[in-house]
Amino acid sequence: MSRDMMPHFELIQPSDMDNAFEVLERYGEGAWKLAGGQDSYDWFKDRVKRPQAVVDLNGIEELKGIRETPEGVEIGALTTLAEIAESDLITGSFSLLAQAASRVASPQIRNVGTIGGNVCQDARCWYYRAGMDCYRAGGNTCYADTPEGMNREHCIYGADRCVAVSPSDTAPVLVALDASMVIRNSARERIVAAQDFFIGPDVNIERMTVLEPGEILTAIRIPSTWAGSTFYFEKVADRNVWDFPLVNIAAAIKMSGNTIEDIRIACAGVECVPRRLTVVEDVVRGSSRDEETADLAASSAARGAIPLNFNHFKIPLLENLVRRAIRDS
Amino acid sequence: MAYTLLGKDFTPPDIRAKVTGEAKYAEDFRVDGMVFARLLTSPMPHARVRSIDASEALAMHGVIGILTADDVPAKASPQQTILTNEPVFVGDPILAVAAESETIAQDAIDKIKIDFELLPFCVDPLESLYPGGPNARTEGNSVTLNFGQPIPPEVNEKKWTARDFAAVEEGHLPTGEPTVQWEYGDLDTGFEDAALVLEESFVVASNSHHSMEPRSALSYWENGKCHVFGSLQSQSFAMNTLSGLIGIPPEDIVFVAEFCGGGFGSKGNPYPSMVIPAHFSKKINRPVMLRISRAEEYYLGHARSGFQGRTKIGFREDGKVTSIDLYLVQENGSATGFPDINGFSEGASLVYTPEAMRLRGIFVSTNTPPRLAQRGPGQNQMAVTFEPLMDRAAKELSIDRLAIRQINAPTGDALVGAGREPVTSAHPREALAKGAEQFNWVERVKNDGQRNGSKVRSVAVATAFHPAGFNGFDGLVVITPDGKLNVHTGVGNLGTYSYASTSRVAAEVLKYDWENCVIHRGDSRKHLPFNIGQFGSNTSFTMTRTNFVAATDAMDKIKEIAAMDMGGDPEDYDIGEEKVFSISDPTQSMTYAEVAQRAIELGGKYSGIEGPEDINPITKGGLAGIAGTGLVGVAKDKLEKHGLVPAFCAGFIDIELDTETGKYEILDYLGVVDCGTVLHPQSLATQIKGGAVMGFGMAATEKLVYDPQSGLPANVGLYQAKPPSYLDVPSTMGWAAVDEPDPQNPVGAKGVGEPVMGGGAASLICAISNALDGHYFMRNPITPDMIVNAAAGRPQSYKPLQVNNQ
Ligand SMILES: Cc1cc2nc3c(=O)[nH]c(=O)nc-3n(C[C@H](O)[C@H](O)[C@H](O)COP(=O)(O)OP(=O)(O)OC[C@H]3O[C@@H](n4cnc5c(N)ncnc54)[C@H](O)[C@@H]3O)c2cc1C
Ligand code: SF4
Repeated sequence: MSRDMMPHFELIQPSDMDNAFEVLERYGEGAWKLAGGQDSYDWFKDRVKRPQAVVDLNGIEELKGIRETPEGVEIGALTTLAEIAESDLITGSFSLLAQAASRVASPQIRNVGTIGGNVCQDARCWYYRAGMDCYRAGGNTCYADTPEGMNREHCIYGADRCVAVSPSDTAPVLVALDASMVIRNSARERIVAAQDFFIGPDVNIERMTVLEPGEILTAIRIPSTWAGSTFYFEKVADRNVWDFPLVNIAAAIKMSGNTIEDIRIACAGVECVPRRLTVVEDVVRGSSRDEETADLAASSAARGAIPLNFNHFKIPLLENLVRRAIRDS
Repeated sequence: MAYTLLGKDFTPPDIRAKVTGEAKYAEDFRVDGMVFARLLTSPMPHARVRSIDASEALAMHGVIGILTADDVPAKASPQQTILTNEPVFVGDPILAVAAESETIAQDAIDKIKIDFELLPFCVDPLESLYPGGPNARTEGNSVTLNFGQPIPPEVNEKKWTARDFAAVEEGHLPTGEPTVQWEYGDLDTGFEDAALVLEESFVVASNSHHSMEPRSALSYWENGKCHVFGSLQSQSFAMNTLSGLIGIPPEDIVFVAEFCGGGFGSKGNPYPSMVIPAHFSKKINRPVMLRISRAEEYYLGHARSGFQGRTKIGFREDGKVTSIDLYLVQENGSATGFPDINGFSEGASLVYTPEAMRLRGIFVSTNTPPRLAQRGPGQNQMAVTFEPLMDRAAKELSIDRLAIRQINAPTGDALVGAGREPVTSAHPREALAKGAEQFNWVERVKNDGQRNGSKVRSVAVATAFHPAGFNGFDGLVVITPDGKLNVHTGVGNLGTYSYASTSRVAAEVLKYDWENCVIHRGDSRKHLPFNIGQFGSNTSFTMTRTNFVAATDAMDKIKEIAAMDMGGDPEDYDIGEEKVFSISDPTQSMTYAEVAQRAIELGGKYSGIEGPEDINPITKGGLAGIAGTGLVGVAKDKLEKHGLVPAFCAGFIDIELDTETGKYEILDYLGVVDCGTVLHPQSLATQIKGGAVMGFGMAATEKLVYDPQSGLPANVGLYQAKPPSYLDVPSTMGWAAVDEPDPQNPVGAKGVGEPVMGGGAASLICAISNALDGHYFMRNPITPDMIVNAAAGRPQSYKPLQVNNQ
């Protein structure tokens, strides 16, 4: 059953973007973009995904680093999570992202794992990862969404044949901060709002983002709109490190006195995409920040959720995390 | 008693190699001509191999050969096979391929085509017991282990009746016909006299062993001998099992197991995958290395048995347990398994000293990895089940939680199990009292239930037990003419350093400077005596005895030689500073070096040319190897021992639990043990703390679950199986020992490796339940989702007796 043995593959290490695009074009669907490898190596070692060529993006300097821009900050896609967690620019203005980055996986994984890889990472549904021929793997069944399926970690929203969730800790933060994703291929650059970058199974069941095979996510831009706001990030996982979120929450709040002037709040672990909680935003916007508002927010947080057999807990957990985001931020 | 060496910290001789990386574990060895093997393991939980087409694989460049079930000795069901054509769990090895490199071997395996016929399978014991339910093995579903007996285990079909299932109310364990049972005392009277009777059904989860070193092995044949380099908790004890698995006499085996990166019971004795290289090497005439990967370790590295159970416990007004009625369905995995039922039930009979008790139980096969002992096999499952019930009784009877444990705790005259076996010593009360003082129990419980927003403070205590010592093994020491004391120890090296601390007993008896002692171990060519392995918390008790008798034998011989050479009787002489001297005139003396030289000249029993008749053949072999090299002390341990040697741990814990997230922080933990004389304080401290960490995992994070639809394990990596991380446990933890010597050990020592896990596990479960105002989950692990549901007053997602819930 277990393979657990890295196969041979062709490794290509371009040193600039043109070179990278050329290789990506040459191999098309057979090319695999490699950043920190923390998601990729598992797939390779288990011999479940067997790309023809692995295109290592680490040699491309322009994909790295955190820069201040007139509009906010720009983070190169190949910047490691550890760098983001420690960056003065990020901790100063967007501590929400620094917090989330510092709660991803484990210190070792954060030292090599990149923000680009983190938002592009694949679903963590264990059936899929075990190499089962489910919908997401191109088959015609889902093993998790069955009466006996083990689906504690799966979704309570947006099921469409597949019930996997977005497992990223940084993705909901980028949604909350209204970030935009800079995407390039050999011909053009396009900018996609973080919220639209992630796609559910209803759009494409075999992919988690809008990225096309020849495209590279080059950078993430965070506008200064929410710089220095009141932030709240919390992640609940079985273990305090080296564990994916069961549910996480990210909120950016603009306060005026004790009044919530504006808010963006999103979470992961409940849907195939990071879920923006617009209902909560509408409920609390303009209200004073108090226990009553927090409770109202909580009670509206999980509206419309449809739990699977083993994940009912995500409803009270999501409610509680929203309550805390409003009450304790 | 005041000792010079015992009870003092020292640096065990293997630490340097571990820290510097010089230590060679099985997979670090390389030999000329060595090839690598990879396994093709079953993708199905139960299947029959109809045909194997390996032609394409064997034609590949760099592929050397293939080993299938036809090439290795068969094993009678339900014993675990080496390779099989009827795999009984996902990951069961079917064949192996050897190649010049591992990658080639794996590439070749990917090219092998196997035609499987899927057979009925089962991952839930109760489902298998239901009439018409699936059997995990074609021969049946119920195993009779015949543990410790010379008869092989058996497997038969056992089904309960539909009426058995229909007769119980929802959520309770049906109690159909058991295959094991015992009873003592008057059960009914106990319940009638009880002021409180609790009756609960429960689930205890299975756990993986998570040994840091996967079970890799290397083998080659040279001059008629088979060399095996393996990862094992045993050394000399392994020889007979290895002999059986390879099919050659023990004296034709060279076994090297100097270091073992953890086993926790899963590497107590040689296991089937360890001998795949031996058989393969014989077939292809090349040394074969089989490295087991982390994922494979989860597939085939064994696991702790889980339980579905039911118990009824009667309590007097003052909290004293009157009667216990216990029914245990043991999830026994796909092979022989381990008698955790015994550990569970005997543990309950000792820890709570019920006046009457009945056990009924059944071992049910499932298509999951073979089960083996895991740290506190049965006893620790008992602790996580019964300790919360003690809290519940205390609450209902308005008794302090410490007091209910005190009143039930055994003393030295306690009796165990149906056989009403005595114990050698028992001081759990002292452990509880010492812990209460050190932990400041009285003051701390005042904080209990204190709320800080959504956070609740919770303090708890729990006790745990495990037997901790055997007897009847051999000791072998030699004083060589260079004056050194050579302690030959065949015990194995699990990583606890107790092979070294117990060797120090020989030095203590002979009043040796530890600097002048050398330990020989880790390789069957090093003339080792027959010793049991490092399992069952036994080393401290068992090996202090063997080293004591061997050193005493050496001392007798030293004095005899002194009397021979300097006149008088042996009793006229004493020892000190590595000399033997006349008591009346200490200037009359001989150094140990001189005595050793004289022993060689004298020969016979003095130099080990003659030895006692009653020592094991393996010890005789070791003795023959060192005979004539110095003054030999050799003896079988025939010291007094009647009854069971119990070790206890009292765990005290203080947590803060957040009812909104289901997360908690362990603010403080203290483990207090009854392990007799403390041999090595540093090592004891690491056992207490490390055991507690493992226990926290058992209580609240670890997962080992199987998909009912496919039989696939959901946890095949450390990040999926979730042993606790650094950030899940306190950075400092306290420890203490009662330090009361056991009267049946010459230095008062008992083991303690296993209950220290139960103390951690049960105390955390109790603390979580207590924080939720007495919400007893009656299952482990208690994960954040369960806590969130409980705190929100919502139902849990799983059914009461459901296993493999997430
Ligand atoms: C044990 C474990 C625990 C984890 N726990 C967490 C957790 O708690 N929270 C969390 O958020 N994540 C977690 N992760 C996921 C991990 O953080 C991410 O996998 C990591 O951030 C990925 O980054 P990487 O650079 O290593 O990705 P890679 O493996 O290099 O890439 C991941 C994917 O993204 C694509 N990709 C990468 N960069 C680009 C780019 N610039 N343009 C286009 N495509 C790109 C790759 O092709 C690949 O498909 C965990 C992973 C492991 C193995
Ligand atoms: S949830 Fe999605 S990824 Fe998981 S088995 Fe179903 S289809 Fe596959």
